[in-house]
Amino acid sequence: MKHLLECLDATARRWPERPAFGDEAGTLTWAEVALAVQRVGTALARQGVQRRPVALYLDHRVPCLLTMLGTLAAGGFYTVLDTAQPPERVRRITDQLAPVLLVTDEEHRAAAEALGLDCPLLLWESACTEEPDPYLLQRLRQDALDVDLAYVLFTSGSTGAPKGVAVQHRAVLAYSAWAAETFGIDETTVFGNQTPFYFSMSVTDLYTALRTGSQLQVLPKRLFSFPVQLLDYLTTHGVNTLYWVPSALGGVVRWKALDYTALPPLRTILFAGETMPTPYLNYWRAHYPAALFANLFGPTETTDICAYYIVDRPFADDEPLPIGRACDNCGLLVLTEDNRPAAPGQVGELCVRGSFLAAGYYNMPEKTAQRFCPNPLQPHYPETIYRTGDLVCYGEDGLLRYMGRTDNQIKHMGYRIELGEIETAAYGQEGLQSCACLYDVPRDRLVLFFTAGRDLTDALRARLADRLPGYMQPALYRRLKAMPQNQNGKIDRAALRAQLKED
Amino acid sequence: MHTIDEIMKILAEVKPGLSAGPDDELVRTGLLDSVEIMSVVMALAEEFDLEISPLDLKEENFHTANAILALVNRLEA
Repeated sequence: MKHLLECLDATARRWPERPAFGDEAGTLTWAEVALAVQRVGTALARQGVQRRPVALYLDHRVPCLLTMLGTLAAGGFYTVLDTAQPPERVRRITDQLAPVLLVTDEEHRAAAEALGLDCPLLLWESACTEEPDPYLLQRLRQDALDVDLAYVLFTSGSTGAPKGVAVQHRAVLAYSAWAAETFGIDETTVFGNQTPFYFSMSVTDLYTALRTGSQLQVLPKRLFSFPVQLLDYLTTHGVNTLYWVPSALGGVVRWKALDYTALPPLRTILFAGETMPTPYLNYWRAHYPAALFANLFGPTETTDICAYYIVDRPFADDEPLPIGRACDNCGLLVLTEDNRPAAPGQVGELCVRGSFLAAGYYNMPEKTAQRFCPNPLQPHYPETIYRTGDLVCYGEDGLLRYMGRTDNQIKHMGYRIELGEIETAAYGQEGLQSCACLYDVPRDRLVLFFTAGRDLTDALRARLADRLPGYMQPALYRRLKAMPQNQNGKIDRAALRAQLKED
Repeated sequence: MHTIDEIMKILAEVKPGLSAGPDDELVRTGLLDSVEIMSVVMALAEEFDLEISPLDLKEENFHTANAILALVNRLEA
């Protein structure tokens, strides 16, 4: 296969009447999806988007999925913009991308026009009623190569401009084949999609569904505030597979919602995007002892993930989960600062080679050269590795452990400290709902933010004093009513940092 | 019995500058995001010394200020 829509063609031929994409407005079959993609694809193709970027300014619903696939049908590649972001942040992305077309709907038309982009605007309402031109689409498909881009996904970037990760069809084809096989995704799978389409985790939901004929049910974001209703929604739609960020799984844990309603028929629960607090896992596992749980790990630059661990034993509440081993067709190198392989137990930077790698950063040759580099262990021919900036080491069990970020480790009282280690130690505390440790640079102190039903400051202080050395003790414990979350549903550390500044 | 003013005050503390009347939709419009809804829940629990059960944490109990008021009065009854 060379093109992602070959997966759609095959699935729509095989299961035309089975449910494909659903949201609150209803559910489409695979035959309906295939037709809609032809319509939208034809409308976009007439605008001439072959091998050009198309920006989608649409909400997290089925029309956005159809426009993403329609862009591929037209031979272009897409970037989904977040309609909830302030316009100046959206423009930082569009400045970098320079799209040749902006697709939006009537609801967002005014906001999309106000972005002031230098490209035509196409309305979803007109694109989805376009008469399909199979000849035009076929010609574009014949022209396509598996090294053509499928999408550019922007990551926030801790400093400066957002970086657009440019991902080719071949990477998503290789990744989705592996993910479907490894996690038993098939035509009986029903995904409950939590992650927005501008976030790399959604690539797994969409493209394994396309490949296997599984159903993708888009979950309304607001339901994540109402965990019992959320679970009931999963049950109503027969959702059996979740791939969520841990904070989203934690919302259910915090209210013990699984104890208050009928259990949805879940069989596969995958998570990634931030460190999974082990008490969350233990709560879910207690209710789903037979389900498959897996901790997935990887950056957008390796399509979605590069390492995974299928949970195969019990874990104590304050025992961190390993990130496991390499996905098939992904080579993981752990390199020391002088570019040698780290010894077992020695911490090094995780570097990835193989077919899941992105092509690089869009319109950023210098940033690309910094991160996508020649493999120092392969002197005989050119091979690219991606330097993740993540610190890892192999444990005695041969499984990789995440040790923090090269740029996130802090130095405090002369010691290198990984803030995640403090959070993991805190997570064993009974009654703790969520926590995040930050380093307050101007005051040179550690601050632990937490949420709990009662004030746990003294209990946490005593607990950490027992478990961590003096230089890792937070100077300040701050109980919050709610943990801030970013658009992807993860803990929003930037918002916490802003709170530190206000003090 | 509590009054709508008490609820509006809590909403204004959680989200300063919130412009919504007692019957305005708060959730579907995105006027309150998930973190703000959670903050409202915690503030109600503390301010009125209420036990809010997961079963009370439903969209229909939080979608307007008046719905929140009805919930608070019901829980106190």
